Amino acid sequence: MSDIEKSYSPGLATDIEKPIANPGIEPHRIRMTDKSEKHARTAERQIAVMFGVSVVGAIIAIWGFFAFPIVDGDLSATRNNSLWMGLGMALSMFGIGFGAVHWAKTLMPDNEVSEMRHQARSSDETRAQALEIVKLADGESGFSRRKLIRRSMYGALVFFPIPAIIIFGDLGPVVGDTLKHTMWKAGTRLTKDPTGIPIKASDVTIGSVFHVIPEGLSEMEEHKLEEKAKAAVLLVRVNPSDLNEDPAKADWSYQGIVAYSKICTHVGCPVALYEQHTHHLLCPCHQSTFDLANHCEVVFGPASRSLPQLPIAVDAEGYLIAQSDFLEPVGPSFWDIRK
Amino acid sequence: MTSTTDTSTTEAKPGFVGGAANYLDERLSVSAVLKGFGRKVFPDHWSFMLGEVALYSFVILVLSGTFLTFFYQPSMAEVHYDGSYAPLKGAQMSIAYASSLDISFDIRGGLIMRQVHHWAALLFVAAAGLHMLRVFFTGAFRKPRELNWVVGFLLFLMGMGAGFTGYSLPDDLLSGNGLRIIDGMIKGIPVIGTAFSSGFFGGEFPGTEVVARLYSLHIMILPALIIVLIGVHLMMVIIHKHTHYSGPGRTDDNVVGYPLMPVYVAKAGGFFFLVFGVVAAIAATFTINPIWNYGPYDPSPVSAGTQPDWYIGWLDGALRLAPSGWDISIFDYVIPMGVMVPLIVSLLFLALVAAYPFIENWVTKDKREHHVLDRPRNAPTRTAIGAAGVTFYAVLWAGASTDLIATNFQMSLNQVLVAMQIMLLIGPGIAYFVTKRACIALQNKDREVVLHGRETGRVVRLPHGEYIEVHETVDKYELWKLIDYKDYQPVLARPDSNGKISLSNRLRSAVSKIYFEDRIAPVSKAEYELAHADHAPEAVEQKPSRKRKSIDA
Amino acid sequence: MRRRPWAAGLVVFLGLVLSGGGYATATNIVQAEAGSPIQVEEGRKLFLANCASCHGTNGEGAIGGPSLIGVGAASVDFQVGTGRMPGQGSGPQLRAKPVQFTQEQISAMAAYVASLAPGPAIPDEEYLRGDGDATHGGELFRINCAMCHNAVGAGGALTEGKFAPALAGSTPKHTYEAMVTGPQNMPVFNDANLTPEDKKDIITYLKYIEDNDSVAGFELGSIGPVAEGLFTWIFGLGFIIAITVWLGAKSN
Repeated sequence: MSDIEKSYSPGLATDIEKPIANPGIEPHRIRMTDKSEKHARTAERQIAVMFGVSVVGAIIAIWGFFAFPIVDGDLSATRNNSLWMGLGMALSMFGIGFGAVHWAKTLMPDNEVSEMRHQARSSDETRAQALEIVKLADGESGFSRRKLIRRSMYGALVFFPIPAIIIFGDLGPVVGDTLKHTMWKAGTRLTKDPTGIPIKASDVTIGSVFHVIPEGLSEMEEHKLEEKAKAAVLLVRVNPSDLNEDPAKADWSYQGIVAYSKICTHVGCPVALYEQHTHHLLCPCHQSTFDLANHCEVVFGPASRSLPQLPIAVDAEGYLIAQSDFLEPVGPSFWDIRK
Repeated sequence: MTSTTDTSTTEAKPGFVGGAANYLDERLSVSAVLKGFGRKVFPDHWSFMLGEVALYSFVILVLSGTFLTFFYQPSMAEVHYDGSYAPLKGAQMSIAYASSLDISFDIRGGLIMRQVHHWAALLFVAAAGLHMLRVFFTGAFRKPRELNWVVGFLLFLMGMGAGFTGYSLPDDLLSGNGLRIIDGMIKGIPVIGTAFSSGFFGGEFPGTEVVARLYSLHIMILPALIIVLIGVHLMMVIIHKHTHYSGPGRTDDNVVGYPLMPVYVAKAGGFFFLVFGVVAAIAATFTINPIWNYGPYDPSPVSAGTQPDWYIGWLDGALRLAPSGWDISIFDYVIPMGVMVPLIVSLLFLALVAAYPFIENWVTKDKREHHVLDRPRNAPTRTAIGAAGVTFYAVLWAGASTDLIATNFQMSLNQVLVAMQIMLLIGPGIAYFVTKRACIALQNKDREVVLHGRETGRVVRLPHGEYIEVHETVDKYELWKLIDYKDYQPVLARPDSNGKISLSNRLRSAVSKIYFEDRIAPVSKAEYELAHADHAPEAVEQKPSRKRKSIDA
Repeated sequence: MRRRPWAAGLVVFLGLVLSGGGYATATNIVQAEAGSPIQVEEGRKLFLANCASCHGTNGEGAIGGPSLIGVGAASVDFQVGTGRMPGQGSGPQLRAKPVQFTQEQISAMAAYVASLAPGPAIPDEEYLRGDGDATHGGELFRINCAMCHNAVGAGGALTEGKFAPALAGSTPKHTYEAMVTGPQNMPVFNDANLTPEDKKDIITYLKYIEDNDSVAGFELGSIGPVAEGLFTWIFGLGFIIAITVWLGAKSN
């Protein structure tokens, strides 16, 4: 047992007498470079060569910078620039690194030395002195004695950081019910993402999948991405006989054409992987799987809510239009989603 | 010439270095600093350099990151790309993405620095993680280093945070979908979720603020915190001095190794260049995060194989393995458990990691300072707990690549996911059991070697006809390494002065039993002398007892 | 310039022409250039010998395989031309394998199937040259294809063991045909959804990324951060640990 250990409780540790006493540090093994000046000189030369290589590496990196100016449209210049600067830098670093370590290993003394530790705990005397200082300061300031000052200071210290928190109040607007609405409304045409070209019912053949945005979104100047993040829709036509529709929502589809929100109800990735024959929609982020033929209910993975359906119809010119906005919030669930 | 100070008399002609040293010492007392640190001893072992790898990666990150800040623009305003990469020419994108592309294609040295930065980031967190594992499995977190474990743990978290904020800066499709997942998770937090999301994104996702906010986190707040924590971490290493492995001459009272000057300055200094060299060589030859492949962020598209960088992988895996249909409704309010279960489980895991030194100390009640490291086999339960934790983390991590596992090994995605869920539940238990048995077997092997020497495989026939295998005794240096470890006994719950056994005592008794019940004690002097009294076959055949009998030596 | 004005005009024109058609008959039908009667007859013989057991003697479908009436020449050219047909073994999905027929035989079978009913034709060479707008193609690829095939066509997983194959090595013709016909679980991208010009742009984008090596070095399979993370742990840290062991080892 060592000195440091003695002053503390060993807890559950038991004391077992060791079979032998600590034999002390192993004797130092003499290296070739210790024995022979010839080997030492060889090592010295090796180290010098490595440092020399480092200089060469740095020069390669500098050459790489100047030798490959960027040529618009010619990416091979970028490739060469990056490759030669990188390799040059690597060589330059390796030269210094291997040189320095080789130096330490071969020419600097390699006998292990021992240094004493001191326990972290201060000596009793020091602790007493420290305590004395605290007491003195307490007495001089009246910190313990003057309760009014102390308590009012606590109060001040509690209150002063609050403005520093409040000041961040305008990081974002107060959440209204924007999360529950999208830009779809009655009569909005379904258009192709990203071109905004409207889609006719007759365009959507069985087995087709269209990635859809609302009419007007592609021309938006502001908040385009925010609206797109809620309004993206997947449009699919399946054989009407394959479709198991909720009778209450039977008129939400048009001759087997159904539109569902593309935003996963788990954490919001685009659920865009449509399998034509299984009618399954798969989210590539966390593998939630939705059965499109069965009102997009969850059949696998961590999502809990079905994908919301967009009620659609066809206008006089044959274009697909929304009957209304989604009737439930799209995307991930949140605390007051049902309010 | 008469001189009034000692320093000028020591050397007749100080020269430039001497003059400069004198100048500094007269103003900054550098001699005292050198005297204090110059010959400080550091033990030498490869596993002690993992923390250094993390530190050096961080230095590389600061250097390469500074370069990147000169060209990167954290704005989400839209522009039309007009750079060198043909398949994006004319595409609409944010300035952040366009400037990241310019760094990659149109600024000399930009691509290599971006790649150095990103590879170094992956290495930084990996090295920090491996360093944590080394500290855990060798018990280096024990008194007096518990607080430094916590600081290291915070550094690991900061590393994850700095990594994630950096990953999101290019505003490409991959990282944008990553942010979308973060948004979905934040929104799922009960009561405050939606307000918090609005505050983070400055309104609805994705908004136009988040990249600039992540940028200030990434280049100011998180690096500043990391630098401060690294400072505290290293200061504590100086206060405590480095631990060393058990071995001849090593005790809790000393530290055995090489002096800082010159050996460690050369080795550790050289090592920085070697780490930088490795990162530069990888960055020159291997693509990392080819943002031009992913395209600008747009909420509608997504790429197959959308994954975060490796250190966030375990959280993404937790999201994938989350249960479906557990959502809780309270009145009209919803708690989405597909988000909350992963969140709670991962936070609990992190809390356990941070608290482990205190938990183990609560069990052992060992108040002594420990500077000699445990060999992992000599703390079987801790090692087994560590293996269980590693398995838990690894399954979550692998869970983040279920799709890639499915396609590369031609398996069903669904089956891979279900297998991962099962592994998450039983894997840690299996790892615990196997590791503990393996440690105990190794300890038994060590005892065998101490008592009877190493098997040589040489069989000789004794004069009376008996065959024995010759055992070779180990030298005293080797022997010391095998016997120098602490032994703990489980504690019985004892009634206090009122004759009652408190709940915490019962619990502690039960846990200490789990920890130490089937331990293997180090060879005692009595056992050793008995085995070496003569070389009678009985002694050779004697088996070490599982439960140490009381020894009155 | 991102889109040619006449491309939009073409879309409008196509919309006008095709809007009259009924929904069930595909809008992407382009009447195949009728094969010569000799070619059709040759195809019929090959069909009877190799396909009829599953697809019926008149291509009407049977227990083993779906009806081929109306699938068009493009479908035959893709399925047989990539070796997926004749199908082999059971599994979640048919895989590409060595092609079993000459292009002449494939064309004959395609002509025969096209003669059964109108369907998507083998695409014109003009859409396959890869001289379209790569930027527009890339955008369309990300929106319509990347979720299954990955942003650079490295492939990805579908449910229950199915997968979207990697696109490297697929010829422009087969890529085009796959879009038009929607093989296996892939959805159909008819000409109203992605116009022939759009498809040409997508092919241009794919050709660009296949022809141009990564400017940043070896690509590690283009499968994203998972490969990068494993590389860091195995090679990056592995190499550095080898250095630390050398660093700690005593010199002789």
